[in-house]
Amino acid sequence: MSTMNEAGSNSAPSGPDRAPGYGVYAAGLGFALLLTAASFIVAKTHLLWPPGLPVGLAVLAIAQMGVHLVFFLQIGTGPDNTNNVIALAFGVLIVTLIVSGSLWIMAHLHTNMTPASALLNMTH
Amino acid sequence: MSTGVGFVPEHGISAAAGDARSASGPASIRITVAYGFWIFLLSDIIMFSTLFATYAVLKDATAGGPVGKDLFDLKTVGVETLCLLFSSYTCGIGLLSAEHGRLRAFYLCFALTFLLGAAFLGLEISEFARMVSEGAGPSRSAFLSGFFSLVGLHGLHVTAGLVWLTFMVAQTAAQGLRDYVRRRLHCFSLFWHALDIIWVALFTLVYLMGVQ
Repeated sequence: MSTMNEAGSNSAPSGPDRAPGYGVYAAGLGFALLLTAASFIVAKTHLLWPPGLPVGLAVLAIAQMGVHLVFFLQIGTGPDNTNNVIALAFGVLIVTLIVSGSLWIMAHLHTNMTPASALLNMTH
Repeated sequence: MSTGVGFVPEHGISAAAGDARSASGPASIRITVAYGFWIFLLSDIIMFSTLFATYAVLKDATAGGPVGKDLFDLKTVGVETLCLLFSSYTCGIGLLSAEHGRLRAFYLCFALTFLLGAAFLGLEISEFARMVSEGAGPSRSAFLSGFFSLVGLHGLHVTAGLVWLTFMVAQTAAQGLRDYVRRRLHCFSLFWHALDIIWVALFTLVYLMGVQ
């Protein structure tokens, strides 16, 4: 059925079309390229204060993920999207718990471990 | 199968129709299918988060072996990132073309998506091969085990995406842009964009922070 209007129909069909246009993807690509370039430049140069570099990179990465979500996956604020946003929020919660919880617990275990050198002395 | 749902109006992104229905009755199939697939993607992302946590915990456990600074080449990673980013863009444009019934533009965009994805995969495989040949394989240290699990799983997802893409192009060629084909194309585009999101986290944590 749709194969029929393949040829020659250059304009978007009228009708129930609140479709995100081509411009949305172009804007997403532009923002993502800017943020990617910023990440690589910041990582390669000494533009940022070195101890703050991980935080800066994390901020840029989170911003880029947001750009991808909004412009590519088109998770927005529309009424159809409420369920998607709630699911996303739950996913973000679980991911945060897993990642920060693992790092927290393992950092504590690490400080409580016998250092490897001491362990060697004990066995010999 | 396609005719069984014929009474549900599904003209591509018929968001307006979906609005009316959410107030009085179930949402359109297009919206529920995308929602279900979104739940799957989130569970996939949660699985990735466990590997991200593993990598972050183990990234200093190099067992006297090579560290990220010795192994990673940011130029390759930059090209890989651009490949995935542009493939995400062409995938989105391809989906839009399919929704507007422009079959030729759809084939072109999905061919580009495939080529860019394959280029990404080729770069990643050659990087892995180089590391293994330098004695920095997954069994060298806990850091490298974590690295190969995390990056390798993403690579496997890209491979699966390429297989799915090929399948969807074949299905479109065989059956035309029917409603269920469009729904599957939409799910594929969600999958492909989600892979790009994971790659953003991956190149930041593993590569950009790894070479410091």
